[in-house]
Amino acid sequence: MNPTDEVRTGKQRMPAPAQARSGALPAKETTRVRSGAAYGSRTVLSEPVFRRILYLSGISLLLLLSAVFVSLFIASVPAMKHHGFGFLIGMVWDPVAGKFGALPFLAGTLLTSFLALLISLVFSLAVSIFLGEYFRTGIMSSSIKTVVELLAGIPSVIYGFWGLFFFVPAVRWVELQIGVLPYGVGILTSALILSIMIIPYSASLGREVIGLVPGDLKEAAFSLGATRFEVIRKIILPYARSGILAGVLLSLGRALGETMAVTMVIGNSNMLPKSIFSPANTMASIIANEFSEATGKIYLASLTEIALVLFVVTAVINIAGKIIIIKMSVER
Amino acid sequence: MKERHLQRRILADRLFRGLIIVLAFICMLPMFLILFFIIKNGISVINWGFLVSLPKPMGEAGGGISNALAGSAILVFIASLISIPFGILAGIYLSEYRKARFAYLSRLSVEILQGIPSIVIGIIAYIWIVLPMGSFSALSGGVALGIMMLPVIVMSTEETLKLIPDPLKEASLALGVPYPRTILKVILPAGLSGIGTGVILGIARIGGETAPLLFTAFGSPFMSLDIFKPVNSLPQLVFNYATSPYPEWHTLAWGASFVLVVFILSLNILAKMVTRKWKVQF
Amino acid sequence: MESTVLKIEDVSAGFDEQMVVNNINLSIAGNRITAIMGPSGCGKTTLIRCINRMHELAPNAIFSGKILLDNENIFETDPIIVRRKIGMVFQRPNPFPTMSIYDNVAAGYNLNGLRISKGDRDRIVEESLQKAALWSEVKDFLHRKGTFLSGGQQQRLCIARALAMHPEILLLDEPTSALDPKATAHIEELVVELKNTVTIIQVTHNIPQAARISDFTAFIYLGSLVEFGPTEKLFTVPQDKRTEQYLTGKFG
Repeated sequence: MNPTDEVRTGKQRMPAPAQARSGALPAKETTRVRSGAAYGSRTVLSEPVFRRILYLSGISLLLLLSAVFVSLFIASVPAMKHHGFGFLIGMVWDPVAGKFGALPFLAGTLLTSFLALLISLVFSLAVSIFLGEYFRTGIMSSSIKTVVELLAGIPSVIYGFWGLFFFVPAVRWVELQIGVLPYGVGILTSALILSIMIIPYSASLGREVIGLVPGDLKEAAFSLGATRFEVIRKIILPYARSGILAGVLLSLGRALGETMAVTMVIGNSNMLPKSIFSPANTMASIIANEFSEATGKIYLASLTEIALVLFVVTAVINIAGKIIIIKMSVER
Repeated sequence: MKERHLQRRILADRLFRGLIIVLAFICMLPMFLILFFIIKNGISVINWGFLVSLPKPMGEAGGGISNALAGSAILVFIASLISIPFGILAGIYLSEYRKARFAYLSRLSVEILQGIPSIVIGIIAYIWIVLPMGSFSALSGGVALGIMMLPVIVMSTEETLKLIPDPLKEASLALGVPYPRTILKVILPAGLSGIGTGVILGIARIGGETAPLLFTAFGSPFMSLDIFKPVNSLPQLVFNYATSPYPEWHTLAWGASFVLVVFILSLNILAKMVTRKWKVQF
Repeated sequence: MESTVLKIEDVSAGFDEQMVVNNINLSIAGNRITAIMGPSGCGKTTLIRCINRMHELAPNAIFSGKILLDNENIFETDPIIVRRKIGMVFQRPNPFPTMSIYDNVAAGYNLNGLRISKGDRDRIVEESLQKAALWSEVKDFLHRKGTFLSGGQQQRLCIARALAMHPEILLLDEPTSALDPKATAHIEELVVELKNTVTIIQVTHNIPQAARISDFTAFIYLGSLVEFGPTEKLFTVPQDKRTEQYLTGKFG
């Protein structure tokens, strides 16, 4: 008995699919399939139900975002009734006396963020060019890429902790040399730590856009006798300009909202900062410091109002960055 | 004349390249410094007792981080429960309905959600859960972390599924497999590595978050597995101890930082391994 | 004698406002190979995607007409069932990458939750792979994933996968256009063999291929059926001028 016989016999044991027009599934299934009801009754999850679920998940994202905004807004109402948004220019924050001037925190936020941005720009641009142009592949590339990714992965609280024990003494030493009050903590220290934390964001976007510069543009420049430095300066960077800007915006958004590291090294002072060496508070750090102990509706609502401002500002910056990226891809 | 000008340009080119390399390497420094600090100060504290005992009261030497470990585990668990199913479904929606106008708004919402400062999310969880409940709780902390983890899952799921070629879906549909099954049993498995990576990276991101927990999970000196009560967590412990005036607590904080960093590094490595091993070739 | 198994009546199909297929009437004979031939963009792929009701999955698809399988209008039956009776093989081989060869062939059953005993499943897998002329090459590797196979082998795997459902009709959408000549020849041989068990409708823009293997040929141009008849006759004495022009390479 050879294998084919076995197969043939096997076939005969089951009601075999008809020779000329095979269309029947093994007998047990046939009647159920033909009646058409089998399909619906076997599954709980029919297509319309599944699609409805998917659609609802999609809408829920939108709903979630709206709910966040609405909640923040409603919770801020008591404060808004009390002092409106004018509190953004009020210079004194003294909840006990009922004064909720948030200008010190606005100033603290802007100073730390922009200073951090400035410091980080040089480094993140260097990393972008390093990874996007000079070392696109190979071990140097993967090492730097990995390290930069890990930098982004280190929790904020650990940056703050390290900052307390490394940067603060260092800045204190510098302040002693300069003849400034050696707080050690303050805007400068926060900006320094913040700059390290935001490098990965602009660096990775920058690297991408620099790497996307078309090869033939660069070749044309090289063939005209330009050095690599010149090609980078005159061809690559201008071409990648918008992407780099988008990366910068992304970093800025991140810097504005960063809480823990800043809270730990900014010195927790509610006074308007006088210089970069002053201790201060940012919008995020004042919430972190005072929210859990805040008493009184207006106090809590004012802190929530600050959160609302933070929310709107970071959202706007994110959208701006997105628009730039979209405009970039449309232009291609 | 020309010769010198050319030489100057070549010099500038070399200098620039050197500058870029130096700057890039300087960027690596903080990472190594941080690791160095953590290992140097923290490793002496790590022992079995450290991991399983409770923190001691103020100023006393010794103690451990057991309640923080348990708390972090609970928080991550709650956050995952909320964000993974929801996130994957939303990611499927975004990749399947690429062109719908709602999809555009949804995608925008995810991106904005991702950029919300973590402290603001903490306030949201406070308003939504702590206030109605009347107390701080692990639940509220988990919800806050879940909201933060959600965009990561959605975006990684969408990216992964977008890369799966359409003919795969068509082949399954052409066999008479209904749409829901095609998605769940053919498309999702094909995208498992990307989705898995997203989950792992999402956990890595929220595992170290402190700000949203400050007034939700709040922290506690006790071991608690009750999700309706406050709970301690690793990052909160680091924050509280690092900013305290007691050197003994500082040492504990280094130890806790060590554990936290090891955890996050391992997750990152795991994510890379998952991509390498499970990635499906088309 | 030829018996008609599929009747395409007044079928028009398209997207949004644009009709791609215009009023086509066609009768497909059982256990024969019918080639649907025409220049790129003439609507042949859209036409066969109507036959297994894949066309309606496109977001802005429009359709009118009737298609009768064994005298039942497929548009009055559950599409899932239609697709089990009418199988499809695509242009580029697309085995499921997460499944083994065995599971790929049985995919139609597994994914649909149709319970069959292991013995039956083994038998169906072997049968289908044999019909697809792939069995001897993969029988020792059934549990490895299919992605290590060559293009031609992958395509035969896809054919086996479709055959495992015991369809009445097999739609082939330019199945050899992504393959090298040797693999193409194998598949052509296979298709000719297969017509004994299955009715075959093959879309092709490869004129010699249509001449080689098909019994009937339909020539479609700009969405309309220009000419249809036994292959030999159509190729040697085409009735319509456009057919002649197409066959002699004047366009398309």
